[in-house]
Amino acid sequence: MLRTKRRWFVALALIVIVVLSAIYLANVNIPILEPKGVIADKEFRLLVTVTVLMSIVALPVFGLLIYIVWKYNEKNHTKKKYSPDWESNKFIEGTWWAIPTILIVILSVITWNATYALNPYNPIASKNSTLNVQVIALDWKWLFIYPALKVATINKLMLPVNTPVHFYLTADAPMNSFWIPQLSGQIYAMPGMQTQLYILANQPGEYNGWSANISGIGFAGMMFKADVVSATQFKAWASRTVSSAPALSLARYNSLIQPSAYVKTRFFSNPATNIFSQTIDKYMVADYHGAVQ
Amino acid sequence: MMHIFNLMASFWLGRLSLKALPPNPIQWFGASLIILVPGMIAVLLTVTKRWKWLYKEWITTQDPKKIGVMYILVAIGMLLRGGADVALIKTQQALSVGASHGILSASHFQQIVTAHGTIMIFFVAMGLMFGIINLIVPLQIGSRDVAFPFLNATSFWLFFFGMVLVNASLVLGDFAATGWLAYPPLSELRYSPTVGVDYWIWSLQIAGVGSLLAAINFIVTILKMRVKGMNFMKMPMFVWSVLGSMLLVAFAFPILTATLTLLALDRNLGMHFFTSGAGGNMMMYVNLIWAWGHPEVYILILPAFGVFSEVVATYSKKRLFGYTSMVWAIAAIVLLSFIVWLHHFFTMGAGSDVNAFFGIMTMIIAIPTGVKLFNWLFTMYRGKIRLDSPMLWFIGFVVIFTIGGMAGVLMAVPPIDFQLHNSLFLVAHFHMMIVGGVVFADFAAITYWFPKIFGFKLNETLGRWVFWLWLVGFLMSFIPLYILGFMGATRRLDHYSASLGWQQLFIVSGIGAALIGAGVGVQLLQFAYSIYKRKDNRDKTGDPWDGRSLEWSLPSPVPFYNFARLPEVSSRDAFWEAKKSRLKDRRKYEDIEIPKNTPLAFMIAALAFIFAFTVVWHIWWLAVIALLSIITLIIVRSMDEQTDYILKASEVEKLDSLYLKGAKL
Repeated sequence: MLRTKRRWFVALALIVIVVLSAIYLANVNIPILEPKGVIADKEFRLLVTVTVLMSIVALPVFGLLIYIVWKYNEKNHTKKKYSPDWESNKFIEGTWWAIPTILIVILSVITWNATYALNPYNPIASKNSTLNVQVIALDWKWLFIYPALKVATINKLMLPVNTPVHFYLTADAPMNSFWIPQLSGQIYAMPGMQTQLYILANQPGEYNGWSANISGIGFAGMMFKADVVSATQFKAWASRTVSSAPALSLARYNSLIQPSAYVKTRFFSNPATNIFSQTIDKYMVADYHGAVQ
Repeated sequence: MMHIFNLMASFWLGRLSLKALPPNPIQWFGASLIILVPGMIAVLLTVTKRWKWLYKEWITTQDPKKIGVMYILVAIGMLLRGGADVALIKTQQALSVGASHGILSASHFQQIVTAHGTIMIFFVAMGLMFGIINLIVPLQIGSRDVAFPFLNATSFWLFFFGMVLVNASLVLGDFAATGWLAYPPLSELRYSPTVGVDYWIWSLQIAGVGSLLAAINFIVTILKMRVKGMNFMKMPMFVWSVLGSMLLVAFAFPILTATLTLLALDRNLGMHFFTSGAGGNMMMYVNLIWAWGHPEVYILILPAFGVFSEVVATYSKKRLFGYTSMVWAIAAIVLLSFIVWLHHFFTMGAGSDVNAFFGIMTMIIAIPTGVKLFNWLFTMYRGKIRLDSPMLWFIGFVVIFTIGGMAGVLMAVPPIDFQLHNSLFLVAHFHMMIVGGVVFADFAAITYWFPKIFGFKLNETLGRWVFWLWLVGFLMSFIPLYILGFMGATRRLDHYSASLGWQQLFIVSGIGAALIGAGVGVQLLQFAYSIYKRKDNRDKTGDPWDGRSLEWSLPSPVPFYNFARLPEVSSRDAFWEAKKSRLKDRRKYEDIEIPKNTPLAFMIAALAFIFAFTVVWHIWWLAVIALLSIITLIIVRSMDEQTDYILKASEVEKLDSLYLKGAKL
């Protein structure tokens, strides 16, 4: 009697938890499941596909577990179904080498194709021409340089909607990982090296970005906003910034690389040429963390 | 004058000074605990006049059963330490939102996160694993000892002093604030100039060498010391899994030792293996550390699989299903675990071919793992299942491991990993594998084999409470982390902005962690209560669970010589078959060689500690002396030819009859 009561109580509690969780999840913003860029969208679809395929094999395991544990519990035991010496059956064992193998073969084909299709270095085809942005992870903020537009920003990534963006990334700090979950997956930004990433944001809005790799005490304060706006708004912002913002001279860059965290948005005009390549180059020479000459 | 004084001080004391003492109240509290706990143990030993007992029975022992018990005691102590770290981490993450920056500074938080990872992997998971291996492997293969008893004691004491060094960082200086794998260039001198990373390097060096020596020991023990008749395909599955795991240790740990040495050279001698400039390459370090780190995961999980193979068969009163499949699954996992390491950094920007290869290799591991799961299910099928707490841990394991495994396959697809890497989704995944897999198995093993080692059973009612608190707390703690991962929350964040809406989930996760803490509390209570009530739960038969393998043929607790007469083995499940056959016992008593106690293993490891501590603090003169002393002691030991004594056959017979009557010796 007590046992039955307890079972009902547990079942009820589980239902309440599931319902409450469902209500909660329906009402919160879950960036990775709500992509706003073509790459993040493809990555999200891939995530769903693989999850569904795995569940087909994994969920029956739970059913089988519950069934077997209930059916062969010694309390429900009858002599007929007990076979203590049964230890092998080549057909049955072959089956469960085969089932996961088939699943993994299917997943492997998907993985192979998706890895090529979603290589972060792949250019994105579009009728709009590609915007180049140089990204430098500093101690502990992000510097974005738009060489063609002659503007630069700290902790604010202005992007035109529906335009492919080609990032070149490096770091003038320990290794960081550049990540805007709603626009695309992340990629490392490493000192002395350059990585690349293409994205295309297809909905205007303000999205969060941050570093996903620990890089020192200010690491949690490396949050920035990616502001996706219309092409006209973007152009207007760029020309406004070129004319009004202070210039990003080498001297100013060299003061920016001093450690600081939770830094507010800043705009600059006329970045000194080759800041990005010189930042990479200076690590070629020595373990050097000084001014760019 | 002052100048000369400073010069003298820096020669004699290196970097050590009063500034090394903890700077704030929380750190003071941690430091005083680290001093008080051993202090209280010392007082207790003095009051009960047990120093001599400690020396004779434990410090100088070469008995793998006692060494196993010490491994587990250290691991439980470190579980509490790592758990205290969790309490701080969870409190910080629940509070440090928006304008508030919580209770910890960023640097202190990062040190705690690093210490939590390091301690839980190296001193809890590894400690529990080596403890159980020491206790059970010799018994299951019908051996009276391990192949190299002295080496075994040395391994343990190196592990022990590695643990001491990690905890010393709480009192003097600081710990690494780099994450548990200390990626350069952050862990290089330029960005981490304090002793923190050095503490990390040298405690892992000491413990790592201990692990490597232990692995060699157990490989040889399993290959050479099985009782007559036990060929490879008749070994208990736990022994197979340990063999697989120890082979992995033997191949993987040298990589760790070499990598840490290179990092130490960078930091101490100005070399440039992994620096950001002058030809150094941080990704070389990341490759090397994961070439060790990924096999490490399987080093931990294989013995866990072995434990469940024993538990499921015993509690289903049925032979393990698909023995041959299980052996091949272990072999496949051992091989595959060395060719998947790159999946830990798909995001470094390697080409599609590289990422696709490592992604697919990673998925392939799911096949043998799945096979093992199905074999356990079919071991229970047509069995007679008794749902005692070790079986509950098994069922909890299946549920959590399957969820965690699916998360793992997701992250094996490189483009999906780009979105989940370094997020709390990843954190939830590996906790599900290592806690739900390894730690659950270790708890099952402790409950299952406890009467064999101590002669009485653990209280089952409390054991069930422990399980349910752990299971509910664990799910509550880590399911929110999967969701937080999808929300983009990254790992090791000491602060986040309120607008992200993460706080509620962090609080739920914190409550889950508190439930786990309650589970650990009940666990300690279970030990205490079971010891108190030991007379009621005494295991008089030596076979309390109707066991299958040779350890259950021995009286509980097992005599120091293990087997008075060596068993005869002609099949798997040797003891199960022997119980059924009731053949007349014709075995004879014989002289037994027993290793003499020696303090040398302890001394060598203590000197290794002094060496490591002095290198951390740059007290070079003492480091040189310690190193030379270690070499001297090894030579002294090598010259000693009388390391064993003989227990006469008549003596063994007398002891055996006493043990069989249930005497406690």
